[in-house]
Amino acid sequence: MAKIIVVTSGKGGVGKTTSSAAIGTGLALKGNKTVIIDFDIGLRNLDLIMGCERRVVYDFVNVINGEANLKQTLIKDKRTDNLFILPASQTRDKDALTKEGVERVLNELAKDFDFILCDSPAGIEAGAMMALYFADEAIVVTNPEVSSVRDSDRILGMLSSKSRRAEQGLDAIKEHLLLTRYNPERVEKGEMLSVEDVKEILSIDLLGVIPESQAVLNASNSGQPVILDKDSDAGQAYLDTVDRLLGEKVPFRFLAVEKKGLLKRIFGG
Amino acid sequence: MSDQSLELKGSLFPLSVLSCTDLSVSSLSQQLKQKLAQAPAFFYQAPIILNVADVEQTPDFHAIKQLFIELKLVLVGVCGASSELKQQAQQAGLAALQLAKDSKTAVTASSTTRQTAVVTSTVNVPMDSKIVEQTVRSGQQVYAKGTDLIVKGTVGAGAEVIADGNIHIYGTLRGKAIAGAGGDNTKRIFCYNLQAELVSIAGNYWLSDSLQGDFWGKPACIKLQDDQLVLAELA
Repeated sequence: MAKIIVVTSGKGGVGKTTSSAAIGTGLALKGNKTVIIDFDIGLRNLDLIMGCERRVVYDFVNVINGEANLKQTLIKDKRTDNLFILPASQTRDKDALTKEGVERVLNELAKDFDFILCDSPAGIEAGAMMALYFADEAIVVTNPEVSSVRDSDRILGMLSSKSRRAEQGLDAIKEHLLLTRYNPERVEKGEMLSVEDVKEILSIDLLGVIPESQAVLNASNSGQPVILDKDSDAGQAYLDTVDRLLGEKVPFRFLAVEKKGLLKRIFGG
Repeated sequence: MSDQSLELKGSLFPLSVLSCTDLSVSSLSQQLKQKLAQAPAFFYQAPIILNVADVEQTPDFHAIKQLFIELKLVLVGVCGASSELKQQAQQAGLAALQLAKDSKTAVTASSTTRQTAVVTSTVNVPMDSKIVEQTVRSGQQVYAKGTDLIVKGTVGAGAEVIADGNIHIYGTLRGKAIAGAGGDNTKRIFCYNLQAELVSIAGNYWLSDSLQGDFWGKPACIKLQDDQLVLAELA
């Protein structure tokens, strides 16, 4: 049975799509048949981050309306086996998604896939609600600053009241915290909330901490999930995150300020 | 074959007992209206037992019954009645009940014999507190109608917890807490870590600015004293 995981945040621009692309790729690298669905109808981004924007023929809304089947619509990733993308429609709006339609598509995907990753749009309106409604697990992407943390708190409230699991009285959605754009130096200076602060406010399990990194922007611009950049700190942090998602115990890295060596201090680093 | 459609079983229910020495309809009406104005929703169609142990004159049960209907209360029966009163109450279609000897009401009734005051108190089972097991998240609202509210987790910033009774929060209070929402100024707020946006008891409120100081981020109890909110240590 496929596991449906929603990647959500409430606030925009915190790294939902980057994280969806990286974690989806990571799950596939580990041999799990994975599909990432872009729920951001009208603001299609996932295809860019995944570098498959030129291969989009049909989209999610076409499948829901029965204008195309899944086989025609799913885009197979060229770099990673077992990885597929279901792109959003760029010409429609969020109301094009119906609960019945989404459920039908998810049920059909569940027959074939191990993991279904739903990349949620920002906000708490219909689109975001649709992305989280059918989830078994949720990855709440949060930046270490107060407005992002509050929006995440709001989304956590939605997960525990507006989801299918909540409405049908099933076991609650398993919630994970993914802290992105973390900068230990700024935390030390008191300019950013620390991991402990965010954990204390949201009181959910920490899945991963992704350091603020140039590698993320480079990866997005080149259409390659950052997790494939295995030498970068962000790439390694996402690899750790995927291991934890699959139930392994991995120590957290990149939480402390890196000590600069003498040469680095002289020549800058 | 036995008939299974009918079954009679004994059960215990929480009922309010109304004690009053002056049961003339005009006085009762005035005092009840005052009492109800404090928490109209709480007493709406509430089943009530009339304690007639201390009445001076023989009350007009028919008129009292009519008054209760007008005030949207349900008069179930009387207790503490002499055999004469009992008979009259039963003629008016009311049940005559025996008040448990050890109940609190029996004590209050005798100690306030000469006061013409309306005392309502609950016998047997108190109303269950509302218990919230998890964290109350930003944007969520919890209301404990007519009772206490107990939150095991944290109340997040932008969340609201409201109770007609007391509020107990075992996590951090970052949002709003409103106790005694029905107007009861004896209610209190207890929390393990005070970082609230707003606390209010019976309409008297403080914003977080007024809460800064010794108790910020610490366990605290908030109550009303002479219409002023007061902060105190928990232990």
